Amino acid sequence: MLLGRVQVPRSVRKGEIVEVRVLVQHPMETGFRRDMNGQAIPLNILDKVTARYGGREVFSAELGSGMSANPYIAFYVRAEASGDIEVEWSDDHGEKGRATATLSVG
Amino acid sequence: MAGDAQVKRRAFLRDTAALAGAVAIGAHAQGGLAPSQDITPLIAKIAGGRKVEPGGIDIDIPQVAENGNSVPAHIKVESPMTPDDYVGAIHVFAPRNPRPHVATFHLGPQSGRAEISTRIRLAGTQKVTVLAALSGERFRMADFEVLVTSAACLDESSI
Amino acid sequence: MAKKGAQRRLSPSGEPVLRVLRLFGLGALAIASLAIAAEPQRPQPLRGGSEFQSRDVQALERDDFANPASLWLARGEALWNEARGSAAKSCAACHGDAATSMRGVASRYPKHDAALGRVVNLEERINACAADHQGAPRFAWESPELLSLTAFVARQSRGVPIQVSIDGPAHATWDAGRRTYFTRIGQLNLACTHCHDASWGKTLLAESVSQGHPNGWPAYRLEWQSLGSLERRLRACFFGVRAEMPAYGDRDMIALELYLAWRAQGLASTVPGVRR
Repeated sequence: MLLGRVQVPRSVRKGEIVEVRVLVQHPMETGFRRDMNGQAIPLNILDKVTARYGGREVFSAELGSGMSANPYIAFYVRAEASGDIEVEWSDDHGEKGRATATLSVG
Repeated sequence: MAGDAQVKRRAFLRDTAALAGAVAIGAHAQGGLAPSQDITPLIAKIAGGRKVEPGGIDIDIPQVAENGNSVPAHIKVESPMTPDDYVGAIHVFAPRNPRPHVATFHLGPQSGRAEISTRIRLAGTQKVTVLAALSGERFRMADFEVLVTSAACLDESSI
Repeated sequence: MAKKGAQRRLSPSGEPVLRVLRLFGLGALAIASLAIAAEPQRPQPLRGGSEFQSRDVQALERDDFANPASLWLARGEALWNEARGSAAKSCAACHGDAATSMRGVASRYPKHDAALGRVVNLEERINACAADHQGAPRFAWESPELLSLTAFVARQSRGVPIQVSIDGPAHATWDAGRRTYFTRIGQLNLACTHCHDASWGKTLLAESVSQGHPNGWPAYRLEWQSLGSLERRLRACFFGVRAEMPAYGDRDMIALELYLAWRAQGLASTVPGVRR
């Protein structure tokens, strides 16, 4: 399970454009680093992030090793109705994770 | 996004990975700070022969990055983000990195704003390049030079 | 510390004093005496490590969500509430809500622990709890679990000024730490004081030299692309002057941590910090 967090504003008005922030714990190993014995540490990156709002996909990203470790992404979504923003992520080793934040739309 | 878009996305990834892979091997073999690579083939592949217009993109990124491992980048593309006129994808390139294609962010009218924030790695001073794919097969591009004192991928700490 | 070479050997008679004399002559005698005999001068004004980072790094530190250390804090909170060991107890079972019970605790560390009979840092205290009260194995130095739990506990002291005790049984340890701080080490033949008292604020390569305070640690270091302990940072300092790095848990390092905490007294904790 890859640990991560999602943050949305507390409560928003319908039609308001809100910022969704995502932070995932991942070393984003480039494959170029060497350990203390000189051995290359294998490539290991979070390569996919997908966000759904009210069950509908609203954002996704393909990431390369050029993303910083512990990847941070902030994107926007138009608030329609109250619902969950579910964000899922996966890496090139098949590890996955997800986090959910509830958007309260008044 | 429909399954059709998924297929297109996978094809794009496969094609650019092949190109990027070839480019990456070359840079890594040098073992140190590499010169900026020519990313026009990467851009051309995404734009599919369509004209790429300069401008319309604001890249908020430090002029001097204290550490190349984590450079904050805030990217904003001018767009009303309506169903008829929106940004579908934002592609980020770092031409001097061992793998120049950093990430692709997929947006749509539901996004409200063609705007993303993230943190990227920069392997040396270079021009960070952003390519925006807009609806109607339009493309825009902009770049911003960042001075990097401690390069990612190369100035790695082992202690 | 073992195997440090001639320059690292400390003697109660004040060997560093003699070395300085040989190099700089009589004038050094007055300076050296001041350094060893009287209470050492602390930098004025006191400035925490955050103040020597770039604007972007400072902004990242202040951002409770985007600060990468928040991931370790989340893990630390989970570990705090996890029943562990043969006693199947969580930290919460004894200590309840960490925000209440742990407030101000980390700001008093390192401290002399009566049960253990020596000065310990926060990591050692957490491990002692794990072994003695949870019946669980000690966490390895610099393990993700120990880092997470230490950061979580230390975070509860954010804003609380550092205030360590150097009285009674802690005094000898403080004194050993003080001597380490003023002793030249490594191929570059530098003591902590040469950078962090004499040269703070000046530029070394592209970086601004800090006053060397521990109030932001554990911290997320961009260079490590990970959260790390104060001890890891101090080892990196040893590496920086081309001195042999002490092992984790080295008693002289714990003594140095106590001295650094004393030297930073009054500075508010800013855990978890972000550093380049």
